[in-house]
Amino acid sequence: MSLLRTENVIMQFGGVVAVNDLNIDIKKGELAALIGPNGAGKTTAFNVITGVYTPTSGKVLFTPTDKNGATTEIDITGKKPDKITGMGVARTFQNIRLFKELTVLENVLVATHLNADYSFLSAMLRAPKARKGERQAKMDCEFLLERLGLIDLKNEKASSLPYGQQRHLEIARALATKPQLLLLDEPAAGMNPQETDELTDLIFKLKTDFDLTIFMIEHHMDLVMEISDHIYVLDFGCTIAKGTPDEVQNNPKVIEAYLGVDADVED
Amino acid sequence: MVVGMTMETFLQQLINGLSVGSLYALIAIGYTMVYGILRLINFAHGDIFMMAAYFTYFGIAVFFLPWYVTFIITIGLTMLLGVTIERVAYRPLRDAPKTSLLISAIGVSFLLENVATYLFSGKPQAFPEFPLMTTPFFIGGLSFQPVSIVIPIVAFILMSALLFIINKTKIGMAMRAVAVDYDTAKLMGIKINGVISSTFAIGSALAAVGAILWCMKYPSVLPLMGVVPGLKCFIAAVIGGIGNVKGAVLGGLILGFSEVLMVAFFPALTGYRDAIAFVILIIILLFLPNGLLGKKQVEKV
Amino acid sequence: MKETQNSIGAYLKLHWKTAVFLVVLLIGIGLADIFVDSYMRRLLNLCAIYVIVSLAMNLVNGFTGQFSLGQAGFMAIGAYTVAVFTVPIESRAAIFYLEPMAPFLANIQLPFIVALILGGLASVVVAFFIGSPCLRLRGDYLAIATLGFSEIIRIVFTNTQSITNGALGIKSIPTISSLWWTYGTALLIIIATVLLINSTYGRAFKSIREDEIAAEAMGVGLFKTKMTSFLIGAFFTGIGGGLFAALLGTVDPKQFYFTLTYNFLLIIVLGGMGSISGTIIASFVVTLGQEALRFLDEPMAFGLDLPIFRPGLRMVVFSFLLMVIVLFYRKGLMGTNELTWDFIAQKYRSIKKKLSGKKTSTEGGGN
Repeated sequence: MSLLRTENVIMQFGGVVAVNDLNIDIKKGELAALIGPNGAGKTTAFNVITGVYTPTSGKVLFTPTDKNGATTEIDITGKKPDKITGMGVARTFQNIRLFKELTVLENVLVATHLNADYSFLSAMLRAPKARKGERQAKMDCEFLLERLGLIDLKNEKASSLPYGQQRHLEIARALATKPQLLLLDEPAAGMNPQETDELTDLIFKLKTDFDLTIFMIEHHMDLVMEISDHIYVLDFGCTIAKGTPDEVQNNPKVIEAYLGVDADVED
Repeated sequence: MVVGMTMETFLQQLINGLSVGSLYALIAIGYTMVYGILRLINFAHGDIFMMAAYFTYFGIAVFFLPWYVTFIITIGLTMLLGVTIERVAYRPLRDAPKTSLLISAIGVSFLLENVATYLFSGKPQAFPEFPLMTTPFFIGGLSFQPVSIVIPIVAFILMSALLFIINKTKIGMAMRAVAVDYDTAKLMGIKINGVISSTFAIGSALAAVGAILWCMKYPSVLPLMGVVPGLKCFIAAVIGGIGNVKGAVLGGLILGFSEVLMVAFFPALTGYRDAIAFVILIIILLFLPNGLLGKKQVEKV
Repeated sequence: MKETQNSIGAYLKLHWKTAVFLVVLLIGIGLADIFVDSYMRRLLNLCAIYVIVSLAMNLVNGFTGQFSLGQAGFMAIGAYTVAVFTVPIESRAAIFYLEPMAPFLANIQLPFIVALILGGLASVVVAFFIGSPCLRLRGDYLAIATLGFSEIIRIVFTNTQSITNGALGIKSIPTISSLWWTYGTALLIIIATVLLINSTYGRAFKSIREDEIAAEAMGVGLFKTKMTSFLIGAFFTGIGGGLFAALLGTVDPKQFYFTLTYNFLLIIVLGGMGSISGTIIASFVVTLGQEALRFLDEPMAFGLDLPIFRPGLRMVVFSFLLMVIVLFYRKGLMGTNELTWDFIAQKYRSIKKKLSGKKTSTEGGGN
């Protein structure tokens, strides 16, 4: 069953076509990757899916499973990002966007706001419902921090964390929104081979434990080839190839795009 | 609805609206240029206008200088004031959070108002009349103040000159580049500081001319005279599309005409004259948030 | 029931320092209420009102990162609501001598507390109409729109002769002089704000201040959250305005000139944008400081006729102070920190360390 589909999505800025006729189809429970040289429009595609940009034309369709296990396909094209997150699509950012002045725990707690079921009035009065909600949220978030190895740092300012841990915090924060689909924008950027290996394991485990579908932009080809079920290759906004890692690896267009444009992208 | 409005008075009101609108346009340009480059509401701009009015007042009424000398000194001092404000209060905060910059702008505005009150007293000072400009003349039964005709002409000449500078000269190209993409412009070797200083100099010079013409039309100066025109002209810039010089002119004219005509058609609303700008602002923000000539802003993620 | 008692017991155990502090504070207010003279009483009342309005401003500007400059306007709404509804019916004819009070209002008189809350609610309604267009947009139109609103509301109140008595204003408003009204309200608002800031709503506010795009991606609805903060701020400001009217016993449009807003801006910048305790401290510093520096406006301050001391100098000093803080001490007194027991203990330790190099034990507790 498809979890996320895009139909002929085009995103144009002035005269520049950043994404041209994007058609993706991500099945529930798989791990898909979006690759391509710098400036190919990968992050723009993410921004269209998460509602940061409204596409010039085309549709984005998402099929969440509700509490009763029922599924309905919803057109999320151009919906507000917070609404889309509320339906079950969470993301991380390529250029880390943590809430710098807040603590690690607070960063994750922010992401539970959409599930808070008490009003600001009961928050101001510390009504029992608010107290219970706060306690529950805190427990959930501490659990997530534990999972991502950040629990000892929970009271540190987010900006004081080392780079790799900031990336982990971004993932913890995204998980706190209770997503069904997780979009990771270059989660391994700037990491050394050992850290990348650890991250690969982690992503795998999180995917199983939280019953996630993952869609990931990544430049580390080892990582991508190792863990992806499906790969989409973008170049100059166009999808030049899609398929399993093997199919994509041997596709001459892909080799040309990488070797021809940016040879050291596979570092 | 139209209360005792003849064709003659209507024409007169149109001319009046054109001159008020041209004054607004001159001040609005300063707002729009600074916002275009620094993304800052230069709250002090209205007070720079006020200081220019005092410079003129001192030149003519206190030191009895010839009018042309006064005008040159006024324009020079006002440019110096604008550039100094940017240098002292805005430049050190260029990498600070935007809120700090905004507070600094408000602080400068407040400081100028208070310094003016302290030095020149809070009481309005009468500006000497300029008989050449205020003695009405008649055309076919219509009486006009020469100043109402002079203002749009001067404004038109200055705006054409400004558009020439922006579109045809090197510094103008640098300004446009910085407005489009600050960081890239910097990387391309554009001297950002010089560009920003020139922007403040030009904006302040136009405000100075606006102040001189304003004082001929409304002959009185006081420390808080810049506040309401300042707010209105920022709104004019928003109406036209902030960051767009032609838009600022268009917005200024629309605002000028709306005010004058509203009072002319509905004399009962005279007390609310200063409120119309804000009503227009709310309407524009609701339906045309990028203004009449503005482009949609895309934020980089 | 037993459980509740236990939890109160546990709470006291954890926060005993705060509890002691509160009791001492309440006794202090009680004593001050009995012993201070009318001049000092008025000044202390003013401090409490400034605490309320500045806190509300900091909620919007410091915690949520939205730049509102409508404080004078929202105060005016609260003040006029209290004035119109509490002025004794028998003295209305004498006050509204130019034009009688509108018939639908002329015979309504409400208890102070009802009028006070009504004033807060009226501010909320107006804030909703300003916020609707402005808070939807990224950018700083809110600053201009709220400042503009402050000016419009004065124009409106000057022109609605039969409701507000126009430029003449409304006199003979029943005054409050007890410190309990202002300090009681201020305390309630401080507690409510602290609880709010430390809840999911407070974190949502702060996330918007830090990064709007990330906040939205984490499911925080920008418009709704900004609006919540803005409306709560407007409510508190309206209440502050209502107390202001009842303190002075008179309102007129000139009291609510937009420069009033700049006082609060100075307070939150001095105290730290995003610090509740900083705001409270700064409210007292600025209010008492403005009073203490009154001599700057007196030409004969030191018995000599010094030409530099004349009306206006005090405000020059204050606006200069604002500039100095913004340019050189951007974080103000507290930055985004709070004056908790931990914070005090930490400061105390670091000072002691500097003096003697000795270590002290760690202490818990919160404020």
